[in-house]
Amino acid sequence: MAPVVKIEDLHKIYDSGEIPVHAVRGVSLDIHRGEFVALMGSSGSGKSTLMNTLGCLDRPTRGSYWLDGTDVAKLDSNQLADLRNQKLGFVFQGFNLLSRTTALENVELPLLYSKKRMSAKEMKDRAMYCLEIVGLSKRYDHMPNQLSGGQQQRVAIARALVNEPQVLLADEPTGNLDSKTSIEVMGVFQKLNDQGITIVMVTHELDIAHYCKRDLILRDGVVVRDELVQDRSVAEQELQRLAEAEAKAKLIGNPVPAT
Amino acid sequence: MMRFIITIKMALRALRRNTMRSILTALGIIIGVGAVIAMVSIGNGAKAQVQNAIAGLGDNLIIISPQSQNTGGVRGGAGTGVTLIPADADAIVTDLQEGSNRVMSVSPYVSGGGYQILANGLNWRPQSMLGVGPDWPDIRSWKVAEGNFFSDDDVKAASKVCVIGKTVADTLFPEGSAIGQMMRIGNIPFKVIGIMDVKGYSNNQDQDDVVLLPYKSHMTRLSRRTSVNSIYVKARNEDVVERVKTDLTDLMTQRHSGVIDFQVQDQAEIAALRNQATTTMTYLLGAIAGVSLVVGGIGIMNIMLVSVTERTREIGIRLALGAHGKDVLTQFLIEAILLSSLGGMMGVALGIGGSEIAGKYAGWAVEPSTPAMVIAVVFSSLVGVFFGFYPARKAAAMDPIEALRYE
Ligand SMILES: Nc1ncnc2c1ncn2[C@@H]1O[C@H](COP(=O)(O)OP(=O)(O)OP(=O)(O)O)[C@@H](O)[C@H]1O
Ligand SMILES: [Mg+2]
Repeated sequence: MAPVVKIEDLHKIYDSGEIPVHAVRGVSLDIHRGEFVALMGSSGSGKSTLMNTLGCLDRPTRGSYWLDGTDVAKLDSNQLADLRNQKLGFVFQGFNLLSRTTALENVELPLLYSKKRMSAKEMKDRAMYCLEIVGLSKRYDHMPNQLSGGQQQRVAIARALVNEPQVLLADEPTGNLDSKTSIEVMGVFQKLNDQGITIVMVTHELDIAHYCKRDLILRDGVVVRDELVQDRSVAEQELQRLAEAEAKAKLIGNPVPAT
Repeated sequence: MMRFIITIKMALRALRRNTMRSILTALGIIIGVGAVIAMVSIGNGAKAQVQNAIAGLGDNLIIISPQSQNTGGVRGGAGTGVTLIPADADAIVTDLQEGSNRVMSVSPYVSGGGYQILANGLNWRPQSMLGVGPDWPDIRSWKVAEGNFFSDDDVKAASKVCVIGKTVADTLFPEGSAIGQMMRIGNIPFKVIGIMDVKGYSNNQDQDDVVLLPYKSHMTRLSRRTSVNSIYVKARNEDVVERVKTDLTDLMTQRHSGVIDFQVQDQAEIAALRNQATTTMTYLLGAIAGVSLVVGGIGIMNIMLVSVTERTREIGIRLALGAHGKDVLTQFLIEAILLSSLGGMMGVALGIGGSEIAGKYAGWAVEPSTPAMVIAVVFSSLVGVFFGFYPARKAAAMDPIEALRYE
């Protein structure tokens, strides 16, 4: 089967500053349907740059990119917009939620620009369902500034899911979350992946990468390692274990006496 | 369609988010449109009053009045010269009225006021004191309510008789009839022989605050002059008005030995002349409206540009999530149009309210014009389109990733 994402000798050079920055230097990559890829690498290694290119937000300086068999370089900006809307879900490194707009409306946003005709009610139901997936349906009418970082992150994930993308691209989706919430998010991702959605996510944490199926490491804009994850963690089990440990801690834990 | 409704909702929300700024932005349009609507209402009121007043003169009326003449390039002031005399009126009667059935009535008209009336131990200064002929009631379609109007003989003899309006009668003779009573006008005793019907107000003037004298009495006893202000001629019907005007012009030219030092006008011409001023005023208002809308539009463009820059990130997010440039363009354009058309509507409301208040305090007739309101709102929307387009296009042309990186 043809890969969903296929890039060949991809380069990205930023030449807006004084010295051009060669952020991605010849990356070739095949990602097949149903894969769950962790993209790792130190800060500045070009992860976000690569993700932006995969997300059709930015065009590569050189190299080719086929998304689901389509040569992205041949598309105009409107076609790219439709592609982002229909086939891709993007979770940004810095959430990028609309301020002073409720969680629900933020999640509905991609539906507004969807080619599918939907009634207001359908949109709302669909957005609500996605908020449920990330466990935020109770906060649907909260503004981003009334939500914690982790909750905002989850709204961003719900928004990425709302158009049922083929590929979910997430730039550090757990970057702002505590370990338990991170595992919860990974649980959501694993569930989505089981349903057939291809996921590529950036992470700095090895144990988070362990929830993925494939691990890519980037250094100075080049892929230096590409291997399958051994002994993959399962979020559900990890959560279970955490809950048990917590319960035990509560049973035996002695409250600190007040002085 | 759905998308369009949502876009409008989004635009409204964006405006509401910055209510104060939105109002200040639209203020240029609000004030501009408000001023124009107020002025047009007042202008319309004035126009209607003039028309009423002229219509109230009586039907098929022709007025001959003196006109400054051009002698060798030297133009005298309006109404200069002793051009119209009672004999002119007499000539019209003998030459045109008798022997033709086209002229119904003729009356000289002498005005001149400021005379104090003393009667019944009371003082009064009426708004007008006119010297006219016995045909006056017929010319003005104004009946005598009580007593009689003066006759030809009264005119010839310059009798000391007068006919008064209802206001004068009520003021000076509050009890009992005024008929047969004496009044001293400028120290000369006149006898009241008739009271005119109530005519009411026109042009904010009490038309019943009037004293009518035989014109000869007015000229010889009060104003001491030989010329009349004008001569009123009433044609039999509308069809002969033009013919009578020609006849009058011919006769007067002949009598004034070929010098056209007078003008012959019918009601329509008088109305047109008076309306000319209003029309000029209307053009002027239009120009002011145009300028203020442009200024208001620039204000909107300015704020929309600021808004686009401020909301770069929002635009980036929308584009990243699949919005086309066109969607962003529509969104900002609709914001601009809403801003300007809501401003226009508020301006209309302000203009109507303002003119009503001004009308109430200054005593002007006010008549709001529906076409002016519609035009004002439509135009302000167009201003929104025109001045909103550039900022909106700027927003639509943004690159998603650049916009997202914007701090
Ligand atoms: N718009 C830009 N203009 C110029 N240089 C850029 C731009 N964006 C990124 N860079 C440079 O490109 C390189 C890769 O940046 P990138 O954001 O892809 O790193 P990253 O791997 O995502 O890092 P982090 O883990 O900190 O998010 C860096 O050296 C960065 O300075
Ligand atoms: Mg990054």
